[in-house]
Amino acid sequence: MGLFGDAIAWIFSPDRQTGSLPLSEAIGTHLAFTVVSVLIAAAVAVPAGWLIGHTGRGREVAVALSGAARAVPSFGLVLLLVLVLGVTHKVGASTTAFVLLAIPPILAGAYSGVEAVDRRVVDGARSVGMTPAQVLGKVEVPLGLPLLIGGLRSATLQVVATVTLAGYVGSWGLGFYIVQGIQIRNFAQILGAALVIVVLAVVLDALFAILERLVVPAGVSARRAPEN
Amino acid sequence: MRTTRRTTALVAAAAATMLTLSACGGDTDPLAQGTGDDEPSAPDTIVVGSQAYYSNEIVAEIYAQALEADGFTVERNFSIGQRDAYMPALEDGEVQVFPEYTGNLLQFFDPETTATSSDDVYVALQEALPDSLAVLEQSTATDQDSYNVTADFAAAHDLVGIGDLADVDEEIVVGGPAELEERPYGPQGLADVYGVDVSFEATGDTTVQDLVAGTVNVANVFSADPRIQTEGLVTLEDTEGLFLASNVVPLVGAGVAEEVASALDPVSAALTPEGLVDLNVRSTEEQLSSSEIAADWLAENDLG
Repeated sequence: MGLFGDAIAWIFSPDRQTGSLPLSEAIGTHLAFTVVSVLIAAAVAVPAGWLIGHTGRGREVAVALSGAARAVPSFGLVLLLVLVLGVTHKVGASTTAFVLLAIPPILAGAYSGVEAVDRRVVDGARSVGMTPAQVLGKVEVPLGLPLLIGGLRSATLQVVATVTLAGYVGSWGLGFYIVQGIQIRNFAQILGAALVIVVLAVVLDALFAILERLVVPAGVSARRAPEN
Repeated sequence: MRTTRRTTALVAAAAATMLTLSACGGDTDPLAQGTGDDEPSAPDTIVVGSQAYYSNEIVAEIYAQALEADGFTVERNFSIGQRDAYMPALEDGEVQVFPEYTGNLLQFFDPETTATSSDDVYVALQEALPDSLAVLEQSTATDQDSYNVTADFAAAHDLVGIGDLADVDEEIVVGGPAELEERPYGPQGLADVYGVDVSFEATGDTTVQDLVAGTVNVANVFSADPRIQTEGLVTLEDTEGLFLASNVVPLVGAGVAEEVASALDPVSAALTPEGLVDLNVRSTEEQLSSSEIAADWLAENDLG
């Protein structure tokens, strides 16, 4: 078993319940960072994406901004924001960095979902007398849901992996064990913490897969794209 | 979507290129060694190396200039990285002179060591070193872990030594790099040696800022860190030898030890703890290059 066995043993060792950061607390803070960051990002990016998709305005700006934002190195951003906002705001600084990371995929999912709706369907909705708000709320948003959920799904996966960086600035999240493990050369600890992150990512992904089936109206799932 | 992807890919590629370029910046590419000319250095050419730590590089530059003043031809191979990375090069004789820290070096070769005082560490180190390596005279300058508090906190609780923390009636939170929790001088060591119970907060690169901001009240800072002076921190005295003493010492190849000793021993004799902090201040505050700082220091100490 070697290193892999040692890593599993590390995860289930009773020592994980004590120390400055018990494993349960690390998982809790890791998930809290992830969920809060994605929710804040969604609150910003979903309405903006719908608006862009519905009006067709600002699309170029959104594409350029979200493209550039994806290239920002999160590690540098976390440290920079901690220094700029001050060490008493480490949680806020880290969360801001993760929110910025989560916005591009959610924004892309929201506007491309609305955009992808067949123009003839939108015209049809308008011709039966729907107001622009109704067209958006009753036609474009429901039909665009598969792509939006896809965007949220990829944002969540990126964030759950990147929250590891919070371990560089404080005693939070599973990254703490990795940062510590590198310095004390405890490879079982590094791999153990990484495996827990992988499990979290897989579980979150599965939840989104279920969510996708639940909330998307029958007949418009991405798998059954309308044929032109 | 296609445009999005392409734009993203382009921006990402540009950013990646910039990162790669900046990572290779400077004239000290550690990978360059060995890919170019593999010929053995000419006789009387001494290769001086340094860690990727600004303070270490300044000391390496002082060694290099002192050797040059003594008639050696010096090749500089700075910013090599961590101990695991450069130690093989030293043992192979590719690098012959390297500024080191006695305690950390001893711990590298003998992790179980119990020596903590400066002299004990130096003796133990000489025994622990492989035959191909030797240390010259150590300087009094140290760069080691230390516990620090703010001047206000020290005054409010009458703190002089680490043991005085036991009488502080509020919760003590020690800040430091994540690995401090697992080190012998970490929270466990504080409890065992001084009977001080503390909680631990990983503060990474912002330990000093955290101490000043009050998110922690004791901070693990390197003793030669200029911010101990500039932020008015008080270093708690380690009367029980919790920390391993770590004096600056030239680590040299055994084959050249005698040749270079005459140039480097006077340097070690002149390098004091305050002197090392001043060198660091000139780098962090005045932004001078290590070669300027080294040349000035040698001139001041009549060693150039």
